[in-house]
Formats: sequence, structure tokens, C-alpha cells
Amino acid sequence: MTALGVAAAVASGERTARSVAEDCLDRIGEGDGEIGAFNLVLAEEALADADRVDAALDRGEPVGPLAGVPVALKDNLCTRGIPTTCSSRMLEGWRPPYSATVVERLRAAGAVIVGKTNLDEFAMGSSTENSAFGPTRNPRDTSRVPGGSSGGSAAAVAAGFAALALGSDTGGSIRQPAALCGVVGMKPTYGRVSRYGLIAFASSLDQIGPFGATVADAAACYQAIAGHDPLDSTSLDRPQEPVEGALADGVDGLRVGVLAELCGGGPRQETGRTGNDGPAAGGVEGVADDVLSRVQDAAEALEQAGADVRTVSVPSAVLGLSAYYLIAPAEASSNLARYDGVRYGLRVDAANAAEMNVATRTAGFGAEVKRRIMLGTYALSAGYYDAFYGKALRVRTLMLQEFAAVYEDVDVLLCPTAPTTAFELGAKTADPLLMYLNDVCTIPSNLTGHPAISVPFGRGDDGLPVGVQVMGPALSERLILKVAAALERAAPGDGNAP
Amino acid sequence: MSGRISRDEAAHVARLARLRFSDSELDELAAQLSAVLDHAADVEALDVSGIEPTSHPQPLTDVTRADEVRPSLARDEVLAQAPSVAEGQFRVPPILGEAP
Repeated sequence: MTALGVAAAVASGERTARSVAEDCLDRIGEGDGEIGAFNLVLAEEALADADRVDAALDRGEPVGPLAGVPVALKDNLCTRGIPTTCSSRMLEGWRPPYSATVVERLRAAGAVIVGKTNLDEFAMGSSTENSAFGPTRNPRDTSRVPGGSSGGSAAAVAAGFAALALGSDTGGSIRQPAALCGVVGMKPTYGRVSRYGLIAFASSLDQIGPFGATVADAAACYQAIAGHDPLDSTSLDRPQEPVEGALADGVDGLRVGVLAELCGGGPRQETGRTGNDGPAAGGVEGVADDVLSRVQDAAEALEQAGADVRTVSVPSAVLGLSAYYLIAPAEASSNLARYDGVRYGLRVDAANAAEMNVATRTAGFGAEVKRRIMLGTYALSAGYYDAFYGKALRVRTLMLQEFAAVYEDVDVLLCPTAPTTAFELGAKTADPLLMYLNDVCTIPSNLTGHPAISVPFGRGDDGLPVGVQVMGPALSERLILKVAAALERAAPGDGNAP
Repeated sequence: MSGRISRDEAAHVARLARLRFSDSELDELAAQLSAVLDHAADVEALDVSGIEPTSHPQPLTDVTRADEVRPSLARDEVLAQAPSVAEGQFRVPPILGEAP
């Protein structure tokens, strides 16, 4: 059942929130041993939350738009008194003294929080294999990764363990796992959703967003968490139209640009390329042919629905990966300096404070987190700052200018979410750069702060889900959700069925 | 892989970052970081003269609030999560010299 279906059934009295929560906990109990989506299942808390929703309904009190809907939270979102680990030894056992704004808003909307989901440690990774507590597996094929870093949240929705989930997206960490698990995932405009209580990775890129089995579910979840928050100074104080009403509108007359640089150099080229033999002219490397075919199919579907589809170019999009892997580690190296063994989390004792800091950080962080701290520290260090970090910030300006120009000509952009379908566990762990290439199509939206959504559209040659990505200018959530809904209606075959 | 970063440079960066690695870990990190920087050669080679840097996707301005006394996090609740506490404060090993 969809999240909106659950909310309607609970609000009408057809089902109790408690029975929904019990079913959900049963499915987790039966299935999560194999999938590993959760770091922590909140059975008692979920049943208590559900009982509160049922009691409110019994008293005839109004309940929120997500009344009784089971929601899973990425384990980098603070939950007061409930362990929040970031899948790191550094924070194992830590209980935050406050909850993230998004958690408070979900509760106010009537949602029932069922657990905290696994992630790549501190959200650094694209496969959820970097977790200190073991990997999550893809419910569509358990020999494959779910993507990352919000792999636990994507897997929880794909497996039916929760109707909705929250993730965080710094370079694609919502959209890429959504694509690999065959669910919908959206990164809102930077500032649309409060980051208060999201444990920071790269503060100028991080944004919280929803996962759902359908576009309408993801839209309802987004609606519940979005809006200005005085506790986050980067939160946008802008009016927001309700998004749900837009979903059925259709795309007649809408201008859709197929983004050439993220589509193998242009729309489907009949050159016999196998996708992994290097970059096409002007395009990013490594996007597989079956993924490109589904993007082309999606473009044709939008055209048939009345959209005006054309190919457009943003040359700087190919620089996104390099710029991101300088900027994000630089910000991470600063943000993660707070883990010093003094105020919370792990401490490894030593003779003096400086030695204690080193011993704690060396024991508490995993290999990928250390690699990114090292990369960021290097990029910011004397002698290299201008050559790397300084230039990456100028690439960011270039991208903002070029995207602004292309949005003069088209309303939204279409491209792949991830370069391939879900890959085997272990396939990319030995080569960090190979893993980083997973983010090549999702990174531009983080650097620009623009919203983007991944929606399942058909399958790859291996039978696994393919996600196509719809990108739009700042504050265009309503628009990209509308296009995603049109793609969902046109998607071939069994669509999103797990 | 190129040798953009040597073992000694990696060791220097590790000291800045307050991390400790074995020599073989440093060699591996130096090679991996060199590969990422090789990929970043496209950014390094770019002529960006005349382009201003963007450190943040939005034009940020200072956000202020009324200067009013409000409740903050409960001290006991915060200290309960600390590794070591004494007299209502965080306790750390000596900043200078050895422990007594």
C-alpha cells in the first residue's frame, strides 16, 4: 500500500495506525535479516506513536496528512534520546539531546517512525558498503548494492519495510540509491528543507529529501518536511505552493532538455559504443548504453505526452565530478574536526589531549572517511588551495551561469540518475575513483543547489531498475514532480512493483 | 598512477588532520589521492580568470534574531553523552605534558 493509501485508510478508520505499524514491524522482522536496511528498529516507539494517532482519531481530533504512515529515517538525522550513529564507530551509542526539525515535522504530520537506516559512514559513499555495521543489500537482487549513501532508506522503501523514508543528498545520496532500488527519490532545492539536526558532511551541498514508492508519496513527504526553519540560518524563507495538486497536470507544451553531456555526449548515438570505453565527445564517461536507452525512451514518452523535447548542452557539467571531489572533502575535513573525543562519541584515552584526539580519530573513523578528510585537508592546505579548492569554487560559478542560460530555453532537464544499474557488492570497493564515478550525473544539482528527482523508468539489460533524473532550476519542486509523475504514468511494464 | 603526492606529503597532511597511519597505509593513500587529483586535472587546467568563486549556492546574508533569553539544551542531558565529565564540565587529558 502507498503512503497516501495508508494515510487515507487510517484517517477514514478503515485501518488503525497500530495495525499498520504491526504489519510493518512484521515485515522488517521477517525480511531485514537478509537486507540489513536498519541500524535500529524502533518497535516500542513506533507502536506508541501509532497508538497516539489512533487515540487522537478516537477523540475526533484532527490528524496530520501522514497519519499512521510508517517512515524510516537515515541514521544521520538526530532523534532525541535515540541512538544516532552515522554508521560510524565514532558515534556508536550516542543519544542526541535534540531531534532534527524534519523529525519533529514528520511526527506533527502524524507519521510513525519505525527505525534508523544504514548508510555509508557519515554519508560518504555510493553503495552503503562503507558502514561500520556492515552493508545493506538491494531488495531487487541481494547480490547487488542498494546504492548510497542513503542505501538503507532506499532499500527500506523498496522492500516495503516503510512506506516513506528520509535520506540526505550531498552528491546524489538520495537519487542514486532510489534509482538502484527502483523507488522515487528527490533532492529539494538547497534551503527548502531545514538541515537542523542533520549531521553535517558538506554544509553547502547537504540537503534532506524523501523516498517513496510513488511520486505522489514522495511529494506528500516533501510537503510535510519543507519550509522555513529559524534553527537553520541557510533555510529559505520563501512561500511554497502545495505540490500535490500539480501531479496530474501533464506536460503538454513543457520544454524538456535532454542534457547532452550527461547522456554520453548527446541523445542516443548509434555508434556501437558499449558505454564503458571512455567519454563521448563532450560528455561524461561511463554511462551504460542500457541506461541511455531508457533515458531516450523517457524523452520519447514525454514528447508523446505533448512536451517539446530537445537536446541541450551544459559544457561545465563534465567538470562537476572533479569540482565536487575537491569541495565536498574540503568541507568534510572542516566539519569532521569536531570529532575530537571531548564532548560526545568515542574517546580513546592517551597521555595528553592532542594524543587523545589523534588516537580517537584514528580508531573511530573508517577508511573512506579518513580518505576524504585527507583529500579535503590537502585541497585546503597552503600551496594547493588556489590550484584545487579555489578553482573548484569557480567551476561552481561557471555551472550556475551555464545552467541559468539553459533554463532560459527549457523548463526542465532530463538525464540518467546513475551511470549503471545496481552493481555487485565488492565490485567497486578497491578503487575509490571508480566508486566516485557513480555520482557523475547527480553532482551538478548539488553544486548549483537546484532540485532534482529520480523516478524509475524501465529496466536495464540485467532486469534491474533504471532511474531517470529530472532536474529543474531553484525552487522548481512543483515542476519536476509534475514531470516525474508524467514519467511514472508512462513507465513501461511492472513499474515500481517490488 | 602518478605520484602527485609522496608518502612524506601524505604524512604531513595526516598530521594536519590529526590522523595516524602506518607507512603502507600512507603509500596506499598517496596513490589513491594522486588518482583523484589526476582526475581533477580538468579543473586544475581550466582558465578561470574573471570568474568569481561560489562557496555557497545561495547569496547568504547574516540572519539575526531578537536577543532574548530562551531555554537551551539541558546541561545534564548534554554532559551525559560526554566521554568524561567533572564538576559540570567536559574533562580532558592534560593539554601540556604528561598525565599526573
